[in-house]
Amino acid sequence: MLGTWIAALLTLCILSFLYKDNPFYKFAEYLFVGVSAGFWIAYNYHNLLLPNLIYPLKGAFVVLLTEGRLDLRWLTIIAGLLGVTMLFRFFPKAAWVSRYGIAFSVGLGAGLMFIVYLQANCIYQIWGTVKLSPVVITAGPGGWHVDWPTSVSNTLLIVGIVSALVYFYFSKEHKGVLGRTARLGIWFLMVSFGAAFGYTVMARISLLIGRMEFLIEDWLKLAVIAPIQGALTSLGLL
Amino acid sequence: MKFVRWLADIDRRIIFLVIAVAVVIPLIFPLGMRVKVTPQTESIYKEVENLPPGSNVLVAFDYDPAAAPEVHPMALAFLRHCFTKKHKVIIMALWPQGAQMAVSAMADVGKEYDLVYGRDYVNLGYKPGGDIVIKSLGASFPEVFPADMAGEPTAGLPILAKVRNLKDIDLVMDLSAGDPGIPAWVRVANALYQRRVAGGCTAVSAPQFFPYLQTGQLVGLLGGLKGAAEYETVLAYAGKASRRMDAQSIAHLVIILFIIFANISYFILRRQREEKREGPRTGPVASA
Repeated sequence: MLGTWIAALLTLCILSFLYKDNPFYKFAEYLFVGVSAGFWIAYNYHNLLLPNLIYPLKGAFVVLLTEGRLDLRWLTIIAGLLGVTMLFRFFPKAAWVSRYGIAFSVGLGAGLMFIVYLQANCIYQIWGTVKLSPVVITAGPGGWHVDWPTSVSNTLLIVGIVSALVYFYFSKEHKGVLGRTARLGIWFLMVSFGAAFGYTVMARISLLIGRMEFLIEDWLKLAVIAPIQGALTSLGLL
Repeated sequence: MKFVRWLADIDRRIIFLVIAVAVVIPLIFPLGMRVKVTPQTESIYKEVENLPPGSNVLVAFDYDPAAAPEVHPMALAFLRHCFTKKHKVIIMALWPQGAQMAVSAMADVGKEYDLVYGRDYVNLGYKPGGDIVIKSLGASFPEVFPADMAGEPTAGLPILAKVRNLKDIDLVMDLSAGDPGIPAWVRVANALYQRRVAGGCTAVSAPQFFPYLQTGQLVGLLGGLKGAAEYETVLAYAGKASRRMDAQSIAHLVIILFIIFANISYFILRRQREEKREGPRTGPVASA
């Protein structure tokens, strides 16, 4: 109950920015930043440092004391030290030390992911375009016939990809056939940006709906007015 | 002309107010608008339907409360479908708050089914590392997740008895709000280990994943609230996403109208400015 009220009031504080900047909005904004920072420090300590560094080292230390042998968990100390090097960014004179940690993580990431990245985002995409046929013929009850919707879709895809790639070819001046193809590529790019913008609008409205639903159902407890809906349906308006 | 000028100079706060009204009214008075199911949603449904009962489905909760209005309804619908078909659900998260979102989802869905933790589903919790975690799962599940979210050992859990690595997973469903998310699962689970991967994501990120659908790297894709509503429709279940789609559709209609009116007023006023600059347009007879 108290949590719902706090969440509702903070939601209203944030939404008040739509009217104009004001102290209520500032309060909610600063509170969010502070709580987020505190939350992430605690979360990372309990979910990253403890299980991946402190507990393994603690276990390894116990084994060393009780059995007198070193186990592989001591290797986590290397990862811990590399992590500590990153904190040297805060000290300008020793900032160079942080390069070791960054270099290790970048090198590891690149080495592990280079091939799969190339395979998933490049090879498969080229293969997906090459396999497209501009004319698709399918077998039906009356014999062979052209599948027009798929054929048109494939043709559009091939023309779109080629013309958009031509637009990004800058080694030759965009004149003549090359210029016209590049111009067609711009149109395809514009259509794709439009689709992306449409999806972005949908996402933002969805977030607004989520907040409004919370205010209406959880906070104000306004029940959905089913009888009115029923009346509209019976009148054939819905 | 006054109306056109008023439209051009309209206070943005009026637009905010109109959008708010367009969202609130359908939430209070639902219209029950129909949602058309797209092939990419239907293919996920068919994939789950065609799996034999008892199949291992890995559901990755890679989102946080900020994306919940869009992604959480699809998580609820997908879990319902899996449990209806008696599949084993293995939950994990590459996002810190994903594991908590899974707890919330299971609290809603779990009470509708006779489920036993460790036998029908398990929540392995959050593991940082993105692609590297998925790559490690390809080698060994127990090594990556020696304990579940509550810290209990996973060794004795019946659901994981036959799951050694990713090869034992029949379908991966990634519910994603960013990175790490669908691209990571496609890169590693699909490209490297040839696992069937389906995705559900926020509407903002959906367009960038359509190329994965065309190449078959993704089995299907649920994009934003509409994708969630489609999955509820195909399950013949009226959930939150279906209810929210009324507000979504009306708000879209209002935005489209605003865009049309803004363009009309812009072109009228531009023409007016040009005429003022060049003088009134006159034909040869009038000028003579």
